[in-house]
Amino acid sequence: MTLVLGLVLIPFLAGLVLLCLRADLPRRVVVVGVTVAVCAGSIALACVAAPVNLEGLPVSRHGIHLGMIVIEALMGLYVVYVGVRSRHYLIVSLMVAQGAVMGWFEWLARGDVTADAGQALFVDKFSVVMALINGIVGGGICVFALGYMREYHTKAHREVPDRRPFFFALLLVFMGAMFGLVFANDLPWLFFFWEITTLCSFLLIGYTQTEEAKKNSLRALVMNLSGGLTFALAIVFFYHDAHSVELQKLIHSDHALALLPAALLCFAGITKAAQCPFSSWLLGAMVAPTPVSALLHSSTMVKAGVYLVLRLAPAITGTKVGLMVALVGGVTFLIGSLEAITTSEAKRVLAYSTVANLGLVVMCGGIGTSQAVWAGVLLIIFHAVAKCLLFLCVGVVEHKLHSRNIEDMSGLILYMPKVAVMMLIGMAGMSLAPFGMLISKWAALKAVVDAEPMMCVFIAFGSAATLFFWVKWMGKLVEVVRPQTPVVHEISVDESVALYGLSAATFLACLLFPVLSRQFIEPYVAGVYGQSGSLGPGNTIIMMIMMVLVMLFPFSFLSRGRGVKLVDPYLGGANVEGSPAFTGSGGAVENMTMRNYYMGGVLSELWLSRAAVAGGVALLAAMIAFGSFIL
Amino acid sequence: MNPWIRLILYLVFAPLAGCLLAGWDRRVSARMQSRRGPPILQPFYDVRKLWQKQNLAVCPSQNYYVLFFLVLVIFTGALFFFGSDLLLVIFALTTASIFFVMGAYKASSPFSFIGAERELIQMMAYEPMVLLTAVGMYMVTKTFYVDGIANQKGLLVLTLPGVFLGFVYMLEIKFRKSPFDLSSSHHAHQELVKGITTEFSGRTLAMIEVAHWYESVFLLGWVYLFFASSPILGVVMSLLVYGFVVLVDNVFARLKWQSALRSAWVVTAVLGVGNILVLSLWR
Repeated sequence: MTLVLGLVLIPFLAGLVLLCLRADLPRRVVVVGVTVAVCAGSIALACVAAPVNLEGLPVSRHGIHLGMIVIEALMGLYVVYVGVRSRHYLIVSLMVAQGAVMGWFEWLARGDVTADAGQALFVDKFSVVMALINGIVGGGICVFALGYMREYHTKAHREVPDRRPFFFALLLVFMGAMFGLVFANDLPWLFFFWEITTLCSFLLIGYTQTEEAKKNSLRALVMNLSGGLTFALAIVFFYHDAHSVELQKLIHSDHALALLPAALLCFAGITKAAQCPFSSWLLGAMVAPTPVSALLHSSTMVKAGVYLVLRLAPAITGTKVGLMVALVGGVTFLIGSLEAITTSEAKRVLAYSTVANLGLVVMCGGIGTSQAVWAGVLLIIFHAVAKCLLFLCVGVVEHKLHSRNIEDMSGLILYMPKVAVMMLIGMAGMSLAPFGMLISKWAALKAVVDAEPMMCVFIAFGSAATLFFWVKWMGKLVEVVRPQTPVVHEISVDESVALYGLSAATFLACLLFPVLSRQFIEPYVAGVYGQSGSLGPGNTIIMMIMMVLVMLFPFSFLSRGRGVKLVDPYLGGANVEGSPAFTGSGGAVENMTMRNYYMGGVLSELWLSRAAVAGGVALLAAMIAFGSFIL
Repeated sequence: MNPWIRLILYLVFAPLAGCLLAGWDRRVSARMQSRRGPPILQPFYDVRKLWQKQNLAVCPSQNYYVLFFLVLVIFTGALFFFGSDLLLVIFALTTASIFFVMGAYKASSPFSFIGAERELIQMMAYEPMVLLTAVGMYMVTKTFYVDGIANQKGLLVLTLPGVFLGFVYMLEIKFRKSPFDLSSSHHAHQELVKGITTEFSGRTLAMIEVAHWYESVFLLGWVYLFFASSPILGVVMSLLVYGFVVLVDNVFARLKWQSALRSAWVVTAVLGVGNILVLSLWR
């Protein structure tokens, strides 16, 4: 109990402290301290034998409830103020509607003691997995941000006003809210933390206060507020019908009671996870400094969305609502992967890949069988570590190269070898068999083929596209063209601690996945469904053999260059000594360049995103309709 | 047959069979073009010669990628003939191909670079159909294990005609035969030079050849699965499919990558997805 409360409260309190600290050193002490504390706390929580005893809150439930209402009201007023100031009346109306719905709920629930009777907090293996991701990956990001933001303000972006106390306070509050979110069982509590993450992401995306940042942060706010509105409606409907506000009750209620609230909550999850019609907010979020992108993409925010969808999977499995959710995920996976091919901007590729992979998780949630949920949780874990590593690496490269174009990263392995190798680890983790993401994709495919064979089509086409954009990026990193001098000081201390830690985490997650599965995922899935998915022992052994085989690859470099005669590449003319140029037929010296394919003529980013929005809107409308008619 | 015996037979005899297939391919192609053609063991002589040649490279590490390509291709085939999970086989094959492509990127010449890019496009073109083939086989036999699929009663091709045709289409791409010899042509005087293999020589090029032999046998083994309940028909059909691929190679000119990708995905969508749709409605 103390552990769970501590995990939620320590980041919040530390965030408040940071708001008052202007100097660099104390801030480092606080941030590193909190990171160590939450990492240790979440690991300790993972080691505690379940179930965790959550009886006896130190203060009265009623008091906490009132406090939450006050804070929510203040946040609501702030959002309304933002909406009025930026003349964005959709924000105002969404917020007012949400306030009205929550007011209605308070009116319905007045004087009702049963509403406060159930467990407010809940810890099972799934929450523990999410807490571990949040603690370790989120903590890593916060430490990385210390070094990154110093360079950001002193070298790379001097024009941006230095509001670091505010920035770090938000990071920690965000983390605390995420802990609250994964432990909450009481829906109004969950909603409270949900809204905090919405507001924090709005403030963080708009951190630089440029026009673009303001515009994109408002877009993120609108989309997430619409999800907040459906969340509030779900609370009211469920309370009205079932006289309960417990998430666990909702999951295990029958369809007549739970389907509409579950559909509305899935809608909220889909907005937060940046699925089909809503993926533009996550792409817009790239204007923020890199740690923010990493935080939004890997450990918090979007993971909150997929967490909710996966939690609700038992309530929607086998229904039309579930099918629609799965279709939203499938369409998002396919279109997101295709869009990632079309762009050469590193962060954008990563963002599309996030959207796509979350689509796969949402698909698993919509299918909702035990095998699918097992695959979904596995996807969340691998995606969190690998994607975070990739974002942070791109951030470092951007500071040194002043570009985040993939074409400019050509030959990175020569002049920033450490970062390049870490990026390759991340990408291998995302795309190469037998590592993390591919295992999960395999599991997802198996789960899907049993439940809805036609959904395999999305996975088949989508994963082909995924392969293309990852490998062409990996190829750019290893190719050797321009003679370059190595960058001497690649990374600062804070950054390297975080990067090495995350590389190790990616590596270990891939290597230890059978353990992760057996210790956390299988018990959770078995607890909900009575049975669990797995890959089967024979396959796990083969995977391990293959993994060892692939991991031997770096060792082959030990005998580098032995018995090999080095020559210049064939350029179709006489090579000019020591440079990638050649003398052409006219006697003129020609330079050689190599550029990746982006398939501009075949795929159009604009059309793909339009198709995604149209498809997403139709599917979500169908989902809510099916939810209302309990199909 | 005991899976271990099958595995050993594959490891020993696959290169031999692959070599003979390649020699036969060259002989038949030559006859189609009114030439006499080389002896049937010519691919073996080529590889023996390559093995003795000096090892030239642009980048010292490029050859290791090819070494791992070979190892992983052998591993893929071994998994297949051992009777493992078909999806695992596909992923292993993909990983193998990625090593090949990365080697070509590492070599950093414009010709191997364009070959690598196009090889990736080809992978993107055939991957969906290959996955859907596994899915289709699963839907009929209720197992992903090659063992289980091979022991199925009744010819798979009868329930999976669309998937079979789509798979044959993908074989054209996988064998890098015309009209899909986009990433590497057999004739170095063309604009691609030798595409993806331009910068590999000597032993490394020999390894690529050997990998290709192993790969051919494994792919024809997959064709056999469609006819597994009648072994003789299976062998005959695998050889016929190979002959068909050779014929098509000699009849068609190279396509642009755009048309290759589009046509492959359209074929997958119509034949593969259509077949699976019918199966899922039928259940």
